[in-house]
Amino acid sequence: MRTLFYIIQKEFIQIFRDRLMPRIIIGVPLLQMLVLAYAATFEVKDTRLVVADLSLSEDSRQLIAHFEGSRFFKVVAVFPDYKEAEHLLLKGKAHQILVIPADFAGASHRGEVPRVQILTDAVDALAAGVRTGYALQVIESFGKNISPKVTSIPNDGLQFKELFWYNPSLNYQTYMVPGILAHLVTILGMFLSALNIVKEKERGTIEQINVTPVKKYQFIAGKLLPFWLLALFDLAFGLLLAKFIFQLPMLGSIPLLFFTASLYLVVVLSFGLIISTLAETQQQAMFIAWFFAIVFLMLSGLFTPIDSMPIWAKVFNYFNPVAYFIKALRMILLKGSGIKELWSLLCILAIYAIASLSFATRWYRKTSS
Amino acid sequence: MVILNRVSKTFGKIKALDEVTFQVNEGELFGVIGPDGAGKTTLFRILATLLLPTEGHATIKKHDVVQDFGVLRKITGYMPGQFSLYPDLTVEENLEFYARVFRTRVEDNYSLIRDIFTYLEPFRKRRAGNLSGGMKQKLALSCALIHRPEILLLDEPTTGVDPVSRAEFWGLLHNLQKQGLTILVSTPYMDEAAHCNRIALLRQGRILGVNTPKGLQEEYSLHLWGLKGERPALLLPLLRQLPAEFRVYAAGQEVRVACRERNGIEKIKALLETSEKWDHIQISLVQPDVEDCFIALMQENNELQYK
Repeated sequence: MRTLFYIIQKEFIQIFRDRLMPRIIIGVPLLQMLVLAYAATFEVKDTRLVVADLSLSEDSRQLIAHFEGSRFFKVVAVFPDYKEAEHLLLKGKAHQILVIPADFAGASHRGEVPRVQILTDAVDALAAGVRTGYALQVIESFGKNISPKVTSIPNDGLQFKELFWYNPSLNYQTYMVPGILAHLVTILGMFLSALNIVKEKERGTIEQINVTPVKKYQFIAGKLLPFWLLALFDLAFGLLLAKFIFQLPMLGSIPLLFFTASLYLVVVLSFGLIISTLAETQQQAMFIAWFFAIVFLMLSGLFTPIDSMPIWAKVFNYFNPVAYFIKALRMILLKGSGIKELWSLLCILAIYAIASLSFATRWYRKTSS
Repeated sequence: MVILNRVSKTFGKIKALDEVTFQVNEGELFGVIGPDGAGKTTLFRILATLLLPTEGHATIKKHDVVQDFGVLRKITGYMPGQFSLYPDLTVEENLEFYARVFRTRVEDNYSLIRDIFTYLEPFRKRRAGNLSGGMKQKLALSCALIHRPEILLLDEPTTGVDPVSRAEFWGLLHNLQKQGLTILVSTPYMDEAAHCNRIALLRQGRILGVNTPKGLQEEYSLHLWGLKGERPALLLPLLRQLPAEFRVYAAGQEVRVACRERNGIEKIKALLETSEKWDHIQISLVQPDVEDCFIALMQENNELQYK
């Protein structure tokens, strides 16, 4: 126990003596929270719309005015023909074309359904979907205005009232911030631990440690604990930022959240240590860590919902501890789930923690053959 | 104290150690001498329990280096050839840390390192990475001694250190020996052999001979002449014309010629008389030093291998 204490003490002296390390520990959470949470949003603003108005009527002008009135659209040009509008789309000056056909005016008076066409630049498929959705909303509200009869949902007594639970205003940041917190502790934990033992190898200091009577488990624990504490500190720091900057709801129990994070961090740190024992240089460790971090994070449901992934990705996520952790964080923070709901999740994380820790200890060798 | 019995180590196809056998007695200052790539570091890493031998056995105080590594790590002090202390910790912190992981305290064993530490005293608060080469070696030696080991394994402690620091270092080792430590030290410098009680000459993973430095010189069975002249560079190709039983090599400013026959000098003289420009050359019979012994043993060994 005493030996462990001295190893940890040594690690902390080294961490705080490093010129970059303290800045990384404070700077990374700040940057990630501020940059990622604001930038990673699905809200698509300022759609540049070009109109091909073949109708040139009072009705078509009203429709265009509706688009101009929407805060999501910016009408960049109105042409009386289609060709020029398409040209702008090709050049990338516009995101969307609204084509108003010549027979648009008076269609409803003639008993026909007026038609318009929306063409969207779908290179960014996600944004294209959102833009089309916004355009449909504008058109629908316009349709209600000119003729109460023209609506997409038949008004025959059946009424819908939508209610969104846990995130009633569909605030994208509320969804993203817990994920970014998970991203933060994953990256920080994995990289700090992956680079650590390799650094001792590169400098040769591991030779001197290996001839001491320090036990394997003491060495591994001495490497894990400091980073475990630092990552938890960063999680606390990140949560404070989330609370005060993003007013993130925190419905569930914070101790439960930290307990989950503690378990999860054992997995991440052990994984980093395994990389560290396999790699010979910090460069190798960095590449391996990046590779795994990217794959696990991308598939974890951080940015895109797991439900919309292909089957293989869903299967992969049964083995992806990051996915479990992000899910747990969102459940605790947004839904206020308690230990009853998280029970199975915690068990899985615990199994991962035990497995990866024993692997890390097993793979570290004091004697080489 | 230390017994090596036919220890071999292969890395892939390369044989780093080939049936190395020797013994080190208690309280001895024993030198392993050989050029770079002779296998010194491999040998020391096996003794330090960091590397497993491919074949053979090695024991320190009857503890096997493979099975009893736990005991051995407590009674041996190992100083790797490459500086292996934490460069971002200060002199004091390094010493304190190694004392602690060996479950002892600096004060308890201070008597052993007092000599060495007087050199380091002014740099107590300096980071180890910012020390000079000689100071780094002294700190590494202190850290290897801090748990009062019974045997010290020093892998090339004087490589890359200035001559003054080297002399100081050997002085420190002699003092440690007086305190009862057994010391195994490796070096590529033949002239350092004189500091050791006994030496083993190592080349290409093989032991060429084990003896006292004096015994080694006495065992030398050839006659050896040293030739001095103004242009030794020209002398060497000339002397290479001698028959195969002569061994010709440069040693510092001299060219040395070794031969089994006492009257070999006649042939050398005859060769020098072929031209007037060799008139100024001085020939003298010289006492072999360790390097001469090494070269003689090396060539004998080569001949044995070809037969």
